[in-house]
Amino acid sequence: MDAAIDPVAEPMPEPAPAPAATEAPAPHAAGGYIYKHLLTTRLWHWVNVVTVFIMIGSGLGILNAHPHLYWGLHGAQPDTPWLELPHWPSWATIPANYNLSLSRRWHLFFALILAFGLLGFMITSLINRHFQKQLVIRPSEVTPSHLWYDIKEHLAFRFHDPKNPGAFNVLQKIAYATLIFVLLPVIIFTGLGMSPGINASMPWILDLFGGRASARSIHFLAMCGIIGFIVVHLALVILAGPIREVGSMITGYWKVPEEGH
Amino acid sequence: MSSIITRRSLIAGVGTGAGLLLSGCDKLAHNESFRSFLYKEDNAHYQLQNGLSSHATLAPEYRRDQMSPVFRANGSINPGTPEYSAWVADKFESFRLKIYGLVNKPLSLSMAQIKSMPARTQITKHDCVEGWTAIGQWHGPTVGSLLKLADVQSKAKYIVFHCADHYHGAALPYYESIDMFDAFHPQTILAWAMNGSPVTVPHGAPLRLRAERHLGYKQAKYVVGMEAVESFAGIQGGHGGYWEDNVDYDWFAGI
Repeated sequence: MDAAIDPVAEPMPEPAPAPAATEAPAPHAAGGYIYKHLLTTRLWHWVNVVTVFIMIGSGLGILNAHPHLYWGLHGAQPDTPWLELPHWPSWATIPANYNLSLSRRWHLFFALILAFGLLGFMITSLINRHFQKQLVIRPSEVTPSHLWYDIKEHLAFRFHDPKNPGAFNVLQKIAYATLIFVLLPVIIFTGLGMSPGINASMPWILDLFGGRASARSIHFLAMCGIIGFIVVHLALVILAGPIREVGSMITGYWKVPEEGH
Repeated sequence: MSSIITRRSLIAGVGTGAGLLLSGCDKLAHNESFRSFLYKEDNAHYQLQNGLSSHATLAPEYRRDQMSPVFRANGSINPGTPEYSAWVADKFESFRLKIYGLVNKPLSLSMAQIKSMPARTQITKHDCVEGWTAIGQWHGPTVGSLLKLADVQSKAKYIVFHCADHYHGAALPYYESIDMFDAFHPQTILAWAMNGSPVTVPHGAPLRLRAERHLGYKQAKYVVGMEAVESFAGIQGGHGGYWEDNVDYDWFAGI
């Protein structure tokens, strides 16, 4: 395992605030602070909190117009859907009352923020080496014995390696990498695949997903995956110590927990 | 620090935050200036798609065996006006398509004249704004060839398609519009045949617009007039289409 104390590359992109500047506990010791989340990561995180929320709410509003999902090139009333959903209740949709036009306005506005935000985050995370330093999954981490060890640690609610408490554990890396490199790109490209204008300029998207009706189904399944991520993510933030975790996502500085946490 | 109380209050906080955000969205959308800001996505997508792709890209076309077994008809399925019923009774013999506005040679064409023009046949998908898709075959002259026949003027920016139907009894007839790039797009046709036979009344007889890089509400049925204009000012609600005027649908229906 990488034994680096500070998982982020120097120089730090912003001035160190008071807690880390105090000499007392070493950065990796319990009670010390580690600079864990880069400014671009934090910005993207909080923009996405709002964006993904609006995308899900407005997306369910759009889905209410025709809550049937099909596989293949076409899918309409006489075709057989693989999934027939009930209408989503007003507490789950944006706007609350059925309004396809307004749901689309919300969805298509924030789709631009979601897509260009992900693109910007990917580019900056390659440049500031966030991906290479914190998200790269090493072969030694995905051996069955290491994965099994990490699962047992999770079940015992121990989420940090005491020797390198600031680093992501392998299950965390897999979850984040799945979100950033699979779920979000798939939901963006299946979204583009439903656009008749984009179908003309990028017909390969339809070929990749097997037709517009399939792209629409995969778009919905990717949303389910993202909701699953959010539920697990929030549950683990609460279990790992919500003040420490949320605080670090605001300031960037993460307080090293006592042993056993 | 991470006591149960903190955890419970955090869960409550997340729930409250989500609720506030949801109702906040609805409150914001009632604000006139926020709404016009939100509505800028329409033009943003129009500019992005125009800027990032060629105007000449073709919508995907399909094989006969990939067509929908039944092509669903929705929206207006019969204009039902006395004038339209008279056309149906005489098999559209007395029907005339008017081409007017910013054209040097205003035209009034019979179905026989339209059917004698060179026609394009295309099997394309029809994507309803609601989310469903049907694939059908369309056949008819290109809108571009009709506009050339009428000698459209260079100051025309849009083509407005006026229709015979009043959607769900609306006071004013249905209409839609496209820009000149779409008007002269090789797949933009006025279809008089669908799936190998004349377009039926539920699907827009005698003429239906096919603008294949757009959603279904652009595919105006029962087209009776094509008007070349510089702007939408003075045409019904001024937003370039029935749905655009009445429920704020995007004018750019390419997404």
